[in-house]
Amino acid sequence: MKREDIIKLENKVYSRPRLLNDNIMHYCPGCSHGVVHKLVAEVIDELGLEDKAIGVAPVGCAVFAYNYIDCDWIEAAHGRAPAVATAANRLNPENVVFTYQGDGDLAAIGTAETIHACTRGENIVIILINNGIYGMTGGQMSPCTLEGAKTATTPYGRRVDLNGFPLRVANVVSLLDGTCYVTRQAVHTTAAVRKAKAALKKAFINARDKKGTSFVEIVSTCSSGWKMTPEKANQWMAENMFAHYPLGDIKDTDKTE
Amino acid sequence: MAKIHGAVTIDRDRCKGCDLCVVACPCGVLSLQPKEVNDRGYHFAYPANEDACIGCAACAMVCPDACIEVYKVIEK
Repeated sequence: MKREDIIKLENKVYSRPRLLNDNIMHYCPGCSHGVVHKLVAEVIDELGLEDKAIGVAPVGCAVFAYNYIDCDWIEAAHGRAPAVATAANRLNPENVVFTYQGDGDLAAIGTAETIHACTRGENIVIILINNGIYGMTGGQMSPCTLEGAKTATTPYGRRVDLNGFPLRVANVVSLLDGTCYVTRQAVHTTAAVRKAKAALKKAFINARDKKGTSFVEIVSTCSSGWKMTPEKANQWMAENMFAHYPLGDIKDTDKTE
Repeated sequence: MAKIHGAVTIDRDRCKGCDLCVVACPCGVLSLQPKEVNDRGYHFAYPANEDACIGCAACAMVCPDACIEVYKVIEK
């Protein structure tokens, strides 16, 4: 069969999500942010929430998320995305509000806002992109950096006696009564991408149906910050990150009820 | 037996040559341009071994820049 016969509109099985803008993303080659943006755009489109979704952008690499996904956005101060999302959701209860944050934003400066939004059980989706490093500012140590990992501020590796233990934010918020769905996913393989999309979809459905806070952590890579090729970074993540951040659902009130 | 034909189109200007699609492809269809680069200087991906494509969309799913579109025909 010739290529011209295959490439026809009726044979298309995968296309660029409709809600992604034409802007070329500023992320480094192989960055997990791109995949998660794509999944969020697909999920919003599939649930028909195009006019209802309000995203809250963080400070960090994903600060320009509003340039890429075609829904309403608010830019929050560093770490304060769950607080802004709370206001947006309470004032516009018919809308579906989600935050999109990195680990430096959510787990360091924004810990209080995150924990209290989850404790209050706000009907929002919190998406955490956990790559264990401050990517935008040049690869400094974040609370989620693994023990022994070399970063700009821990050139000899993170030491537990000096810097403490890596923080498992998803496990922390799963203990809070306000959360209805807490999960940890990754996007390094096709299977993982499918699972992550299913998790995001469930989270957005929970927010739409006012069930409580949904928290989706995506363990991801930072090939520039880790100083690896994208392929090597995915391998390193699978070998090292998953031991400390095991994938899977941590809490799902639908199943326990 | 039904035979599956697939094809991919890659937006070469959007591609950043991260190599993730090349790794994800189960049939060894894709590779990065060895010499040619796009406007921004990246060695973009292209379907080097086009006939092997089965249209599984694994490459498109892991592509961070959403520059791959996949087509599939099942010939009976």
